[in-house]
Amino acid sequence: MTPATSAREGASSTSSVAESGATRPLLVLVGNPNTGKTTVFNALTGASARVGNYPGITVERRMGTLRLDGQLRSAGAPLTVDVMDAPGAYSLTARSAEEQIAIQATLGINDSPTPQLVVVVVDAGQLVRNLYLVVQLVELRVPVVLALNMMDEVEDNPPDPSAITRWLGVPCVPTNARLGTGIDELRRVIATALADPPLGQVDVPYPPALRRDAENVVEALPGKWRGDAKRDRALAIWALASIDEGVRLVGIPSELRRRCLAVQAEAGDRDLDAEIIAARYALIDRHAPELFEGAADQPPKRRTSRRIDRILLHPALGFLIFIGAMLVLFNALFSWSEPAIDLVQQGVAGLQRQTVAHLPDTWVRHLLAEGLIGGVGNVLAFLPQILLLFLFIGLLEDSGYMARVAFLMDRIMRAMGLHGRAFVPMLSALACAVPAILATRTMERRRDRLLTMMVIPLVTCSARLPVYTLIIAALVPPTLVFGWLPLQGCLMVGMYVFSFAATLLAATALGRTLIQARRVPLILELPPYRVPSARVTLALMWERTRVFVKEAGTVILVATVVLWALLSYPAPPSTSTAPPQPEVQSAQDRGADTPTPVGGHAASASSASDPHGVRHQRTAAIENSYAGRLGRALEPVLRPLGFDWKLGVGIIGAFAAREVFVSTLALVYGMDDDSDADPTPLQARIREERRADGSPRYTSLVGLSLLVFFALSCQCMSTLAVVRRETRGWGWPAFLFGYTTVLAWTASFIVYQGGRLLGL
Amino acid sequence: MKLADTPIGCVSIVERVGGERSFRRRLMELGLVPGTRVRLVGVAPLGDPMQLLIRGCNLSIRRSEALCITVTQTESCRVQHLPSCATCACRTGANLPPRDGAADAA
Repeated sequence: MTPATSAREGASSTSSVAESGATRPLLVLVGNPNTGKTTVFNALTGASARVGNYPGITVERRMGTLRLDGQLRSAGAPLTVDVMDAPGAYSLTARSAEEQIAIQATLGINDSPTPQLVVVVVDAGQLVRNLYLVVQLVELRVPVVLALNMMDEVEDNPPDPSAITRWLGVPCVPTNARLGTGIDELRRVIATALADPPLGQVDVPYPPALRRDAENVVEALPGKWRGDAKRDRALAIWALASIDEGVRLVGIPSELRRRCLAVQAEAGDRDLDAEIIAARYALIDRHAPELFEGAADQPPKRRTSRRIDRILLHPALGFLIFIGAMLVLFNALFSWSEPAIDLVQQGVAGLQRQTVAHLPDTWVRHLLAEGLIGGVGNVLAFLPQILLLFLFIGLLEDSGYMARVAFLMDRIMRAMGLHGRAFVPMLSALACAVPAILATRTMERRRDRLLTMMVIPLVTCSARLPVYTLIIAALVPPTLVFGWLPLQGCLMVGMYVFSFAATLLAATALGRTLIQARRVPLILELPPYRVPSARVTLALMWERTRVFVKEAGTVILVATVVLWALLSYPAPPSTSTAPPQPEVQSAQDRGADTPTPVGGHAASASSASDPHGVRHQRTAAIENSYAGRLGRALEPVLRPLGFDWKLGVGIIGAFAAREVFVSTLALVYGMDDDSDADPTPLQARIREERRADGSPRYTSLVGLSLLVFFALSCQCMSTLAVVRRETRGWGWPAFLFGYTTVLAWTASFIVYQGGRLLGL
Repeated sequence: MKLADTPIGCVSIVERVGGERSFRRRLMELGLVPGTRVRLVGVAPLGDPMQLLIRGCNLSIRRSEALCITVTQTESCRVQHLPSCATCACRTGANLPPRDGAADAA
C-alpha cells in the first residue's frame, strides 16, 4: 500500500462528519431486485417512488431526502441526508454500462458522488442469495448497514440479525417496509452509522492462484479508485470478473483493461469467474447455519407460492387464467375507461363554452378555448386509461404475477425479438399507445424498452377505429364475399391482421439492425406471491400519472396550440369574424361506436344562425390556413399515394389524435359539426367528390391506400411526446416518426400504384 | 447429463455451468455454483422456459441455456412425487418412472 492510499482511506472514514457542513451526505440504497428496496426508499424519504413485486423495477435514478431530526444529533450526525435508490442488482459485477451503475454509486468512482453510507436491503426469505451482494460490499470496505426486509414472511424461522452483525461486523436491522415496522430503528442506526462508518470484515477463501492474479491486477488500478489493501484486492477481483473482450464498460482505464485481459488469457483452463463466485458462496454457506434460529432453509410462505404456481403455471388451467386476466385488463382499457374519458371531454367542452360565452370574440378567446383548454383536455383525456393500466400493472407486479406473465409469454414474445414482459405493454397498445409506452418501464433493459416503444405505435389503437370506419364505409362497397361474408367487415379484421404482421416485422427488423444488442439469455426470477398492497399500487399510479402530466403533458399542450394555430391562421381575409374552430381539442381513444370529438360545440354556438354561409367561410378559411397551405404543399408527395390536399389537411389535423382526421375532414368539406355524431353525410360527401373530368376522386383503391397509411404512420403527437419523455430526448421520437412515415408512405405507394397497374 | 434433460421434479447437483460468459457468471452469482442442488420445478405451457428452484429461489431460464448446465442426478430423479406436472414431463419426452410417495426434495 502506498502512503497516498492509506491517507485516502483515513479521509474516507472521517469524511461523513467533516463534509456534512458543506454538502449533504449521501446514502445509497442497494439490493437485489424484488427485495422491497423501493418500499424502504419510500419509507425512509416519504417520497412516492415506484414500487412493485417484480425484479428489476427500479430503472431510473431516484433521489430523496432523509430527515434525521432529533436522532442522535449530539453524536455529530447531520440533519438531512440525500438518499439515492440504485438500480436493483444481484451483484456488483457488471456486464454492461447499465449494471456498472451499482459499483460506481457505492464506491463513488467515475464521477459519482462518494456515499457516506450504503444501505443494503436484504430479503430475509432469500438471505443466502442476498448475502452475496453484501459480501461484495463488505469486501470493498464500503460502510454498510443491512435492512433485513420482509421479516413477516419468515416468521417461523427468521434469520438472526445479531448473528449477521457478529459475522460481518456491520449493523443489521430487521424491517418490514410495507407495514413501516423497523423503519424508525433503521433511521436511528443510519444516524449512528453516519457518525461512525461501519466497515465490516470478511475474508473470502479465494484460492492462492486467484489471489496472485488479483495482486497482478491491483498494480493497474487507477490511483483514484484505490483505498486500503483489502479494497484494492476486492476491486481487482471485481475488474477480473467484469472486464471482458465483448463488454463495454464506462471509464475503465486502458491499462487496467489490458492487464485484466492478459490475466484472463494466462489463466488458461482455470475458470476465474467460477473460482471467484464459488469462493464467496463457500464462505456464505459455511456461515449460513449460524444465521438462522431454526434449521429449515425453506420458509412456508414459499411453499404456498409453489402451490399457487401449480395452478397458475399449469399448462391448461394456467393459460386459461392468464387469458382471462388479460381480457379483463384489455376490456378495462378499451371500454371501462370510456365513461371517464367522456366525462373529461364533456368537462372540457363545458369550459370551452363558458370561455366563449364570457369573453369578447378576439383571438385571445380562441387561443384560450380551442388551443389551451383543448390542449389540457387532450392531456387529461389520457388519465383514465393511464390510471387504469397502472392500477393493473401495480397489482400484477406487486402480487408477483407479472413475472409469471413473462414466463408464460416468453416463447411467443421471443419470436418477435421482444422480452416476455413486453406482452402487457403490447396488449395495452390495442387501446392506446400512450399508456402502453409508459408501461414499457416493466422491462429492465433499455434495449428491450426501446424496441417495444418503437413498435407499439404500429399496433392498431382504438383511435384509429373511427378513421377506419369512415374510410371503409365511404369507399369500400358493401358487397358480400362468397355471397355471405361482408367485405367491409373483412377489411376491418384485415386491418388488425395487417398491423399485427407489420408490428412483428418491424420488431424483427429493428431488433436485428438498429436496436440490436448482445443476445442476453433470459434469467427470470419468479418472486413469491404476495397480497398486493393498496399503498404500493396507489403510489405507482400516482407517480406514473404525475410524470405523464408534468413531462409529456406540457409537450402535448404546446403541440395542440401549435396545431390549432396551423389550422386557424392566417384568418381568411374576406371575413371579419374569428378563425374557424378546428377540432384539435378532441381527445384520444374512442371506440368505433362513438366517433365524436368534443370540439365543435363552441363553434356551433356561434355559427348556428347562418349555417350555410359559415360553412363556406370555414372551408375557405381552412384552405387559406397554414395547414391548408401545408396540405397543398404536400400534395406532390401525397399524389402518388392517391391523396389530394384535403386528405393532406386531414392527416395534419390527425396529429392531435388520429380520430380528429374525421372532424378535420368534415371541416374541410364544410360539413356541419353534427356530422361527427352521424358520419353518413361525410361518407356520402367523400364518395361524391369528383375530379374535373367527372370521375370519382376517391376510389376504393384510394381508401385502401389511406387505410394502409394510417395503419403504419405514427400520426400522433401524444405518442411522440411520451416517447420523448421515456427516452429523455428528441432523437428516438424523431426516429420513430421518420421510420413510420417512410414505411407508411412506401406501403401506400405500393398499394396505390400497384393497384393502378392491376387496373383497380 | 444436462439440466434440460432431467425429469420434472428431479433434484440434481450442478457440476458445471457452461455457455456464454455473462450468462454463466450471472447464474453462478444467483447461487448456481458447482455443488448446488437444483430442482427442475416445471416447464412453461408453451414448452419454454423452464422453472428451477435454487437455494429456495424460483428462477427460470430457457431450455437452450439449461442445455449448458451439466448436472448429476440424485436419488430423487428415480423416485418421483409429481402431484401436478406429469403432463409437462410427458411433453418433454422424459421417461416417467412409476410414481411413489417419496419425499418432496429440494
